[in-house]
Amino acid sequence: MAEAAAHDHHDHRPHGWVRWVYSTNHKDIGTLYLIFAIIAGIVGGALSVAIRMELQEPGIQIFSGLAQMVYGMQGDAAIDGGKSMYNAFGAAHGLIMIFFMVMPALIGGFANWMVPIMIGAPDMAFPRMNNISFWLLPPAFILLLSSMFVPSAPGAFGVGGGWTIYPPLSTSGQPGPAMDLAILSIHIAGASSILGAINFITTIFNMRAPGMTMHKMPLFAWAVLITAFLLLLSLPVLAGAITMLLTDRNFGTSFFVPDNGGDPILFQHLFWFFGHPEVYILILPGFGIISHIVSTFSKKPVFGYLGMAYAMVAIGAVGFIVWAHHMYTTGLSLDTQRYFVFATMVIAVPTGVKIFSWIATMWGGSISFKPPMLWALGFIFLFTIGGVTGVQLANAGLDRSLHDTYFVIAHFHYVLSLGAVFAIFAGWYYWFPKMTGYMYSPMIANTHFWVTFVGVNLIFFPQHFLGLAGMPRRTVDYPDAFAGWNMVSSYGSYIAAVGVAIFLYGVFEAFQKKRVAGANPWGEGATTLEWQLPSPPPFHQWEQLPKIK
Amino acid sequence: MRKFQASAKLMAGAAAAGALFSSVSAYADQPRPWETAFQAPATDMMRQIEWFGNYTMWFVVPITILVLALLAVCVLRFRASVNPVPSRTSHNTLIEVIWTVGPVIVLLLIAIPSFQLLTAQYTPPEEAKLTVKATGNQWNWDYEYQVDKSFSFNSAILQDGDRAKAGKEDRALYPRLLAVDNELVVPVNTMTRVLITATDVIHSFAVPSFGIKMDAVPGRTNETWFKAEKEGLYYGQCSQLCGKDHAFMPIAVRVVSDAQFKTWLETAKTDVPAANKALMAEIDGTNKVAAAGN
Repeated sequence: MAEAAAHDHHDHRPHGWVRWVYSTNHKDIGTLYLIFAIIAGIVGGALSVAIRMELQEPGIQIFSGLAQMVYGMQGDAAIDGGKSMYNAFGAAHGLIMIFFMVMPALIGGFANWMVPIMIGAPDMAFPRMNNISFWLLPPAFILLLSSMFVPSAPGAFGVGGGWTIYPPLSTSGQPGPAMDLAILSIHIAGASSILGAINFITTIFNMRAPGMTMHKMPLFAWAVLITAFLLLLSLPVLAGAITMLLTDRNFGTSFFVPDNGGDPILFQHLFWFFGHPEVYILILPGFGIISHIVSTFSKKPVFGYLGMAYAMVAIGAVGFIVWAHHMYTTGLSLDTQRYFVFATMVIAVPTGVKIFSWIATMWGGSISFKPPMLWALGFIFLFTIGGVTGVQLANAGLDRSLHDTYFVIAHFHYVLSLGAVFAIFAGWYYWFPKMTGYMYSPMIANTHFWVTFVGVNLIFFPQHFLGLAGMPRRTVDYPDAFAGWNMVSSYGSYIAAVGVAIFLYGVFEAFQKKRVAGANPWGEGATTLEWQLPSPPPFHQWEQLPKIK
Repeated sequence: MRKFQASAKLMAGAAAAGALFSSVSAYADQPRPWETAFQAPATDMMRQIEWFGNYTMWFVVPITILVLALLAVCVLRFRASVNPVPSRTSHNTLIEVIWTVGPVIVLLLIAIPSFQLLTAQYTPPEEAKLTVKATGNQWNWDYEYQVDKSFSFNSAILQDGDRAKAGKEDRALYPRLLAVDNELVVPVNTMTRVLITATDVIHSFAVPSFGIKMDAVPGRTNETWFKAEKEGLYYGQCSQLCGKDHAFMPIAVRVVSDAQFKTWLETAKTDVPAANKALMAEIDGTNKVAAAGN
């Protein structure tokens, strides 16, 4: 009896569903986030494959059939319903990938799991708030998914305004309840992220182990700290903007209604004041992960540590003052455009510092090309491509021709789909042995990498050409001349989908084979604190705080 | 430099074409299969944009290749089997200064012509001689000619059933999703101002070969301008998601000679379909004469 009580005291761990639903343990919550992100990623990925199937050939291919099947529409109504459904798929793909895949994976998943361990803390600062941060997400996701099945515009279902939900298309253009559900969904997902951000900031500022000064903190923790500040400062602006949208829709206000003195462009300013920091929110944690992986597998410390940390600070800070480069064609004055061109180009400098520092970290190293390193190398190269097209797009004069074309789609998928997602997979293969205690099959992981690499490049590289030739984005059909590259792009998406299947099989295989990974499968290069713990780490770690030299 | 070469070549080409084929206006600018670059410019502004786009490529392609090459060197020279003992270097102030200052210089080199281009776009070289107001609706455009007796007409996508009646059966000249029932007709080499607004949701007025794109926002009037250099038909598409038929509200601009425009304008003030018919008949006739002359 006494023994049992003592045992309870030292390793109190709830079992069954209580462990997960009531969880206040950062590692369990991190796992929940990762599972959630995988599920959302599969849904969001399936939507994008449907989009590519539609665009494989000119004409309307699958969406009128889908509208028939899902909404029971017939004849012309099915064609019109299908066009709207395509728009709804586009909006849902964007919102899901951003709010329910990349952010939960990087921030809720990897950061929750690893930041407390890396800084030598037993858990997050507010474990119960951590729980609610996660459990707000499933209802938000369900709201967004259900919005696809309720009316928006007459004869249409689902939010058809893109992830940017510009009014008036998102107000008078779609009076049905679909948009209200989506707004509520974004509100809840935003609240979840703000709570998470508060938790990370508090944890990182207050719970570092003795001796771990800010300038000794691992770069992933730096990245998450900066990301958390971006979330904290930008999400309330989005919440305000979509609340105005909500009251414009339902309560007769006129923030964005020109007839009553409002201005639709105001929404774009508010949206992008959030939206631009948001894209750095998506990529900064990835920067942190890549730094760790490059250093680990080169068996060298990160080159220019302080430069790396403050480059991220600079990217985060400047990220707040460049938002209107998304709005060059809205009728901004010449001087306004000049300013935003200048400010946007400035961001290329700290980004360049990061790219070159990663290469310098590898330089002179003794590099082993394990799967995480492969993904990290892919990240560096593909992110560079996305970065240089970003420099091109920063020029308002050139953006005149490229704005709202497939060139922009190609650019932001190179930095996000091939950047952030590669970073997620790099982190997955880096920390999977730590989180589960099992080693995956490197052969499957490498196959996953190469199939994905070929697939995503086939999808997105030809889209640069389509954009230059003038193909507008967000169209369900296109002039016949665009058929060639669209076909290539669609085939690429099928290859990438095979990559996802290989990924899932690899996870399954790892759990089935149960190869024991050991505390540190990566050897001498893996120097951060998580590798000093057994794999998987104990339910509560650092009951004796580690001492940092 | 390239810009000047390009314009010299174009002028020579235009002169040759003018002498030999005297305005073969079957010319149309539209996307082409497997295109990997901009559509051919039809205004000086688009030529400047194209020049600047190519200019940036002189920086971004080498930078990408540099990164790829450095990665390749790391992979080949610093793999564990070749270099078993890693160095411990983690600082080098000089190299860090170089890769901070280097990009700054590159950005300056990009920024100078970039600002010139941007300024040029907002500095029309002369007063507009014609003002047209384009109003976006879900899902078509209204064009209002602000001339002495202003008039307007609607321009919507050409339905397949109407091709024969409209005399637009040539799908190369009037492609699917790009052809419209009533084109915006403007005279060649004439500074044209376009006022752009919308009635319902945001649209965007874009003609790629003119180098223009401007959002049509309800409650505001935006302005852009172009000066088309060659007669022909030019196509663009609505470039801001505007609902169900966003893919189906093309923009077609027919650039004609001054004389043709004057004739068209007189008739169009009272009867747009008749004016368009007469204009098309005349253009077809000229083409046939030109073809026969060869």
